[in-house]
Amino acid sequence: MSMPTFLQSEKGAKIALGLDLQGGLHMLLGVQTEVAIKSKVKSIASSIKFFAQSNDIIIDDFRLDEELLSFTLLDKDEEKKIDAMIKTISGLQVSKESMHYTLSLNDKEKDVIREFAISQAVETIRNRLDQFGLAEPNVAKQGNDKILVELPGIKTAEDEQRARELIAKAAHLQLMAVDEKRKDRTNNMSPSEAAQYGDVILSDARSDQVKHILKEIPVLDGSMLSDAKVAFSDMHQPVINFTLNSEGAKIFGDFTASNVGNRLAIVLDNKVYSDPVIRERIGGGSGQISGGFSVKEAHDVAIALRSGALLAPVTLLEKRSIGPSLGADSIQASLFALISGFLLVSGFMLFYYRIAGIVANIALIVNLFLLIAIMALFGATLTLPGMAGIVLTIGMAVDANVIINERIRELLRQGMPMAQAIEHGYENAMSAILDSNVTSIITSILLYVYGTGPIKGFAISTAIGISVSMLTAILGTHGIYQFFMPRIEKSKNHSLWFGMKRGH
Amino acid sequence: MEFFSQHKTYDFMKVSRFFIAATLSLALLSMILFFAKGFEYGIDFSGGTIVQLKYEQKAPIDKIRDDLSKDKMFSGALISEFGSPEEVQIRFASTSGGVSEDVGDKVRSILSDSGKFDVRKVDIVGPVVGSELRQKGIMAAVLSMLGIMVYVAVRFEWSFAVAAIITLVHDVAITSGVLILCHIEMSLDVLAAILTLIGYSINDTIIIYDRIREELKSTKDLNLLHVINTSVSKTLSRTILTVLTVFFVVLTLYIFGGEIIHGFSFTMLLGVIIGCYSSIFISAPFLKILGFSVEEYKNKIALKEKNRVEKMKMRSQYEKGTV
Repeated sequence: MSMPTFLQSEKGAKIALGLDLQGGLHMLLGVQTEVAIKSKVKSIASSIKFFAQSNDIIIDDFRLDEELLSFTLLDKDEEKKIDAMIKTISGLQVSKESMHYTLSLNDKEKDVIREFAISQAVETIRNRLDQFGLAEPNVAKQGNDKILVELPGIKTAEDEQRARELIAKAAHLQLMAVDEKRKDRTNNMSPSEAAQYGDVILSDARSDQVKHILKEIPVLDGSMLSDAKVAFSDMHQPVINFTLNSEGAKIFGDFTASNVGNRLAIVLDNKVYSDPVIRERIGGGSGQISGGFSVKEAHDVAIALRSGALLAPVTLLEKRSIGPSLGADSIQASLFALISGFLLVSGFMLFYYRIAGIVANIALIVNLFLLIAIMALFGATLTLPGMAGIVLTIGMAVDANVIINERIRELLRQGMPMAQAIEHGYENAMSAILDSNVTSIITSILLYVYGTGPIKGFAISTAIGISVSMLTAILGTHGIYQFFMPRIEKSKNHSLWFGMKRGH
Repeated sequence: MEFFSQHKTYDFMKVSRFFIAATLSLALLSMILFFAKGFEYGIDFSGGTIVQLKYEQKAPIDKIRDDLSKDKMFSGALISEFGSPEEVQIRFASTSGGVSEDVGDKVRSILSDSGKFDVRKVDIVGPVVGSELRQKGIMAAVLSMLGIMVYVAVRFEWSFAVAAIITLVHDVAITSGVLILCHIEMSLDVLAAILTLIGYSINDTIIIYDRIREELKSTKDLNLLHVINTSVSKTLSRTILTVLTVFFVVLTLYIFGGEIIHGFSFTMLLGVIIGCYSSIFISAPFLKILGFSVEEYKNKIALKEKNRVEKMKMRSQYEKGTV
């Protein structure tokens, strides 16, 4: 008998097994929000540049330094136009010395971006994993700035690797103009020198040795993407076809029209996949990424592009991966502990209390089934510590019956008739049982609130187990005694009913 | 069957002085151990990486050690058998922050010629998360003690609450002391076991307190020592029996529950025993040390009862409309 057949039927509510029992991947990710802020400044830069070009405003010394954007206006007559344009961008802090502009984001805007970067990362990762086709991935924000990712049922190292790559992929698509003027000097130019010309040097996707020199400010980026699909090229190589939205299509059309004969690089996550020569204006806003993908890679990249770029890269703060074989071993070990614990305790109760022991054992069995049923009903997850909690519940649940039985024995010793002794025994035991269970539940609740992952499972199973035991061990057993009361009164056999020594 | 004669009242108070002195000095020693040496924190709290492997044959630990030592990432790695000769645990302090790279894959490629094995578990805990988990753990322990203290104070008396907390601190201290001495690593599971103990070991104490409360209502004897002796004796069979049942299940967990929950079950095993004797020998006798007076308590109860009766009388007068 294995745990799933024991706990899970075809129909009805099921207990989900935790990652530590069924195997899977648990990750806690951090989000590098400062990158999102930088890229926001970058996109503001590109929209100002686009505005200037399309309105024939000449600006010079256009610079992007970390979070600072600066440029100089050459013609004073254009000042009004630029000022009006800058005003439409919210959250900017602008300082102006004669015609030299310095722009940065204000603190409030930075907070908004940070917040958005995290919620967007949660959404994006969730989207990607949903499309990847895993069973029940769980992606949730944890705390202020962390993301919890749980992937149950990852069976192979290869699947795990793909899932992790999919999560981490920035999927930042950029279409960038090649700097034709400085192309010949690509290989002997330093990055800082390139930056002086407003260029950036990126390596090729196929080989790190091959470099490309590109205009730093992209023509457009993946945020204007509306779809991405895997297709096959004429040479039967997997490629990704992407479609731009109407805004992107217009920018793309305008750019290609005015740059016929130049090259346009398709850049994904700072790697250049191709740089075809623009032969004519490209309308319709669609393009293709080709770059020697395998079919699986192309599939994953398309998912990542469709679900959007990560505004900020994620880092790994915590990872726990459990192989399915270890989970199966844990199930077996804990189930064995459960059964042997139950046999020991119920055997002891029977031996020590005779019929009262049987009554307590019935309550214990009902307690266990109720505990499992309630966990299934509330969709609680059963973890390894949770199993330990159930085992522990066995020991603690009979506690109430031991207290009651000892009270009854005490009264019987004083010579009270059985029926009366039972009633008073329950009455006397109540306050002790209540007080001791309430304190146990207090710690279970705190364990739940402050515990993480599997420990929460332990807190849940003990809290439910103790609460249910008050029902089964007190009301349940009391009912059984009342049902048999006529017989108990007739028999007067303390030894049979309560396992007491003869002669009392 | 019966283990204990209920007719007999054992004189616990006579030996309690010795027990309190002995066990409190043990607790004190444990605390010194805690501050001088401290826990060996597992990766849950200190951050680090654990990789667990299972070979199809006996694990070639020396070869694993040799192979891994060639890679900088594994410098200072502890490599040890885990549970059975086929299983190996590799533990080291560094953590990798990249989501797409994986230590499991790295271990797989480095050890590829050491035999057939399966990477069963990879745990990476970054330093930030580790310190956060530690804070949360301390928070949970402190709050659950406070919660228990308030509950006991409300249901019983302040001196009961203080004695209960002293007992709990004593239990946790000695348990921790033994954990430190036995080189058991402080992990999330061990922490959970300690928190469970706080909730569990208070049970025995409360059963005894409940009996004292009951005894105080009925007895004419104003001597606290007698009341405590009677109460502890009367609850002795229950205390021993329930500790036995819990001890049984924790023992099965320890023996059969597998290597992973060894830390948890060992801590529980310790705590169940310590919690049992401390409720008998510390929690009750400490009432005496704290200066709890039977006479005052009785007066208080009588006053409460008087107020209650008066209130009832008032209410019935209101209801009858005589006021």
